[in-house]
Amino acid sequence: MHPAPSVILFTVLSGLGFGLLTFLGLGVPDISGWVAFVFFLIAFALAVGGLLASTFHLGNPQRAMKAFTQWRTSWLSREGWLAVGALVVMGVYAFCVIFLDQKIEPLGWVGAALSVATVYATSMIYGQLKTIPRWNNPLTSLYFLSTSIAGGALLAGQARLAALLLALVGAVQVITWIKGDTRFGERGHSIETATGLGSIGKVRLFEAPHSGPNYLLKEFVFVVGRKHALKLRIIALVFMSILPVLLLLLPVGHAIAAVAVLSHLFGTLVSRWLFFAEAEHVVGLYYGKR
Amino acid sequence: MTDLPTHTEKKLGLVIDLDTCVGCHACVVSCKGWNTENYGAPLSDMDAYGAEPVGTFLNRVHSYEVQPEQGFAQTVHFPKSCLHCEDAPCVTVCPTGASYKRLEDGIVLVNESDCIGCGLCAWACPYGARELDQVEGVMKKCTLCVDRIYNNNLPEEDRVPACVRTCPSGARHFGDLGDPDSEVSQLVEARGGMDLMPEQGTKPVNKYLPPRPKDTWEEVDILAPLLTPVAAEPKGFLGWLDKALEKL
Repeated sequence: MHPAPSVILFTVLSGLGFGLLTFLGLGVPDISGWVAFVFFLIAFALAVGGLLASTFHLGNPQRAMKAFTQWRTSWLSREGWLAVGALVVMGVYAFCVIFLDQKIEPLGWVGAALSVATVYATSMIYGQLKTIPRWNNPLTSLYFLSTSIAGGALLAGQARLAALLLALVGAVQVITWIKGDTRFGERGHSIETATGLGSIGKVRLFEAPHSGPNYLLKEFVFVVGRKHALKLRIIALVFMSILPVLLLLLPVGHAIAAVAVLSHLFGTLVSRWLFFAEAEHVVGLYYGKR
Repeated sequence: MTDLPTHTEKKLGLVIDLDTCVGCHACVVSCKGWNTENYGAPLSDMDAYGAEPVGTFLNRVHSYEVQPEQGFAQTVHFPKSCLHCEDAPCVTVCPTGASYKRLEDGIVLVNESDCIGCGLCAWACPYGARELDQVEGVMKKCTLCVDRIYNNNLPEEDRVPACVRTCPSGARHFGDLGDPDSEVSQLVEARGGMDLMPEQGTKPVNKYLPPRPKDTWEEVDILAPLLTPVAAEPKGFLGWLDKALEKL
């Protein structure tokens, strides 16, 4: 799959933002006044910024409001509703905390639940696709939820918990890669099943339908980035999980926390780039590629 | 809503004969022509006369080489467009309701004025049947020439999809695959029509007829009797000369 920067930024930033909102909704850390204002500002900037970035890859963003209509079947539509719900509930909660010094706990819990649900809906946009075997698995949701929650803990300044969760993120990431590497073959998709010609013999592409590229090849058959996949996996794992965990085990001050956050952000961006670049769409089979 | 209908009155679709298709791409051209001049946004081309032309097409012809365990490889030309699946994954993922499957005939269509161009339906399609038009920013797909098949302004013989009408080898057939007595259903029955990538569970309406088995014959070399060596060992004078020369 083509790793579009808008979608990578959207999933990483909004994941972090909703992760932080989850903790703030649960009253962690226990803050009020201007400190709370800064925390909520960061969370909303990340969540809303990510959502705005996601509209950049649309062909007709002026009709984006129509995406709220099909919540019954579409995870993309559900994500829209959940995101707006989480932002509105947390907005009211934040207003009360910052300006009225009132913590309406149940409202915070609802906001936290909606924030987690939003990230789950995002993960299901990818996890539902049978056409991309690497994604079509509950591990995709686990990967999105764990990075969001761990990133949220990190931003919420929960050093111990964040270290634990970031270690978990590393483990989930490694399992996701290992299981994902073999899933395409396990599903039994091949150029023979794609063309139905397997009963005659071995099939290979003799001539492509077009001499130039097309939308399908650009969007779904992205093979350029896989050359350095292993190196990039190591970079992602080190910066997303290992380095921040080690930093958080030190006596944590603001400087160390900032380095841990930046390291995690960079590592997650690399990890998310790989999430797209390594995903193989079954349509590649018709082109003799994967 | 993007719920799929549990039942459609008809299942209009195509039956494509892989035995007969000669790979001329006439269906690709007629499809591009009809669907650029008629229903919906035109199928755009970018850099059409430049070094790297790219364009939107609803129908593409691949060519494959199939190598049986024994015997010669054979070439199979393979036209591919939307299969109007019964369980169409492209419809249910659509966030705006632009993609839908029609109750009356099962055709899968895109309402372009509702399409936001997110591309998720193309991600969900295993067959590469949907292409996002780069000029209009909306998703394009085969309409089964919905603006021809019910069009009373056209002569009756033209009320079939453009690709079917134009195919010079009669490799494309159009009809109701939900009716077991229709010509297309009979053809599928007789020739063992198949689904593409059945393991995806999409239940395509369009069927493909596999190439007929190649006939075989016993290998007979008609020139062989004429090419047998005339004399293996020279005799008489030539025999003596051969030996004498050997000794030199």
